[in-house]
Formats: sequence, C-alpha cells, structure tokens
Amino acid sequence: MTANRRTFIKKSVALSAYSIIVTSGLLSLSEAKANLLPDTPSTHSLQQTLKRLFKDQEIIASDKIDIQLPKIAVNGAAVSITVTSTLKDVESIAILVEKNPTPLAAKFELSPDLDPFVSTHLKIAESSAVLVIVETSEGFYSAGEKVIVTMGGC
Amino acid sequence: MQEKKSSLLWAVARIQMSSIKIRTKRKDGETQIRMLIAHPMEHGRNRDAKTNALIPAHFIQELTVKLNKNVIINGKIGANISKDPFFSFMLRGGNAGDKITISWLDNLGNKDTQVHVVK
Repeated sequence: MTANRRTFIKKSVALSAYSIIVTSGLLSLSEAKANLLPDTPSTHSLQQTLKRLFKDQEIIASDKIDIQLPKIAVNGAAVSITVTSTLKDVESIAILVEKNPTPLAAKFELSPDLDPFVSTHLKIAESSAVLVIVETSEGFYSAGEKVIVTMGGC
Repeated sequence: MQEKKSSLLWAVARIQMSSIKIRTKRKDGETQIRMLIAHPMEHGRNRDAKTNALIPAHFIQELTVKLNKNVIINGKIGANISKDPFFSFMLRGGNAGDKITISWLDNLGNKDTQVHVVK
C-alpha cells in the first residue's frame, strides 16, 4: 500500500514537471514566433498590436490630438476620419480600430515637410473606439474617439 | 450602387493605365495632397456571394509619397482601410512645378506609381 502510494506520488510529480516544461516550451515557441513577425499589420488584439508597434514605450493621453470622426456611421465600410495635431515634431501617426480583427489600420511616417494631418476612410466592423497614436521626438501621445456603426463594414 | 461605382473606377483606372488619381490644391502657403487609389482592399475574411469560398486577402501594404526626389510619407497600410482607398495630407509650402510621386505595393507584390505636377 505504502509502495503504491510512493510510486503514485513519484509519477504525479514527474507528470506535473513534464507538463510545466511542455507548456513553458510552448509559450516560448509562440513568443519566438511573435518576434519573427514582420512589422506589418496582422491578426492581433489591440494590446498585442500596441506592444508590437511601440514595444514598452509609455503612451501618454493628450488633448493636443484632434480626431474628426462621425458619432454614428451608417455604413462601416467607409468611415471618414481626419486627424490633426498641435504637437510639435510629429514623426508618425498611427490609426487603430479597437474591435476590428486586425486593429492597425495605417501608420504614416511623416517628414518635417508635412503638417501633422492625415485624412482617410476606414472600415469598421462594429461599434468601437478608434485610437490615434502620434509619435513625436519627445514621446508617444494618444487620443481616442468612439463611433457607433449601424451596419458593419468588413 | 457602391459596387457599380468601384467597378467604374476600375475601368477608368484601366484606361488611364494607372490606379492612382492625384489632386493637389495650393492655399495659404500650404498644399493639400489628395489621392484616390483603385484597389479591392480584401482582408481575407469575406466570402464570395456565389461560391461561399473565402476571397483571398489582397490589400495595399505600403504607400510612399515623394516630393521631387525626397520621400515625405512612408505609410504602412492594413486591410482596415476602405476599398478604393482615399488619403489626404498637408504639405508645408509647395510650389508650382513640384513633382509629387505616389507609389503603392500590395501583399501580392503588385505595384503602381503615378507622378503629378503641382499647378
């Protein structure tokens, strides 16, 4: 009886150790894959996209970014958005749609010859927040706006 | 209605041999650059209405805008941009005769370039 119990404990310890190794191995495998992904828009959640695009940079909410977006969009297939900013030394502007399967819509690197101004049309799958992240020489700033989509466009 | 419009755009683009339409407007010391590109921008999750097969992803990934010979905009584009994408930018300054070159590259390796001279 005691021998049985001993072997059972031994086996269960071995099994749990094995499962820990396997799961941690799997985790490191998926991490390795994530690192290998090229810097292009791909299927990721918003948090993952932000982490991939901006690493662990601090993103500060700012009121110096103006987003013009309709409050209610009848057709989600083409929602016009205009982003302007009064921030100085803007280097890039990124537009993300929170609930789309691929959040990143576009990221523009702008030269100093350009005003911090971008206007385009977005596809929005469902009512969601639209996030704009502006990179300046001093850091990253963000602003968001919500849009209600009555007919999803994807 | 929208499909008709975009197929018309495609037809126009074929005739002109370019998928990019560029407009510029000089005002108050600034130049607004507007562009309209004929492209399906499929993200790969839509299904064909008749066969119910997935339509493969086909979207523009890179957009480059040059002012004369300098690159002024380097854009990474995702499939979240609408079909037949529209973009607008504001250029500081800009003189008559400046050359604006716009080119795109999609995920299937197709590309196109168009040159526009600011009036």
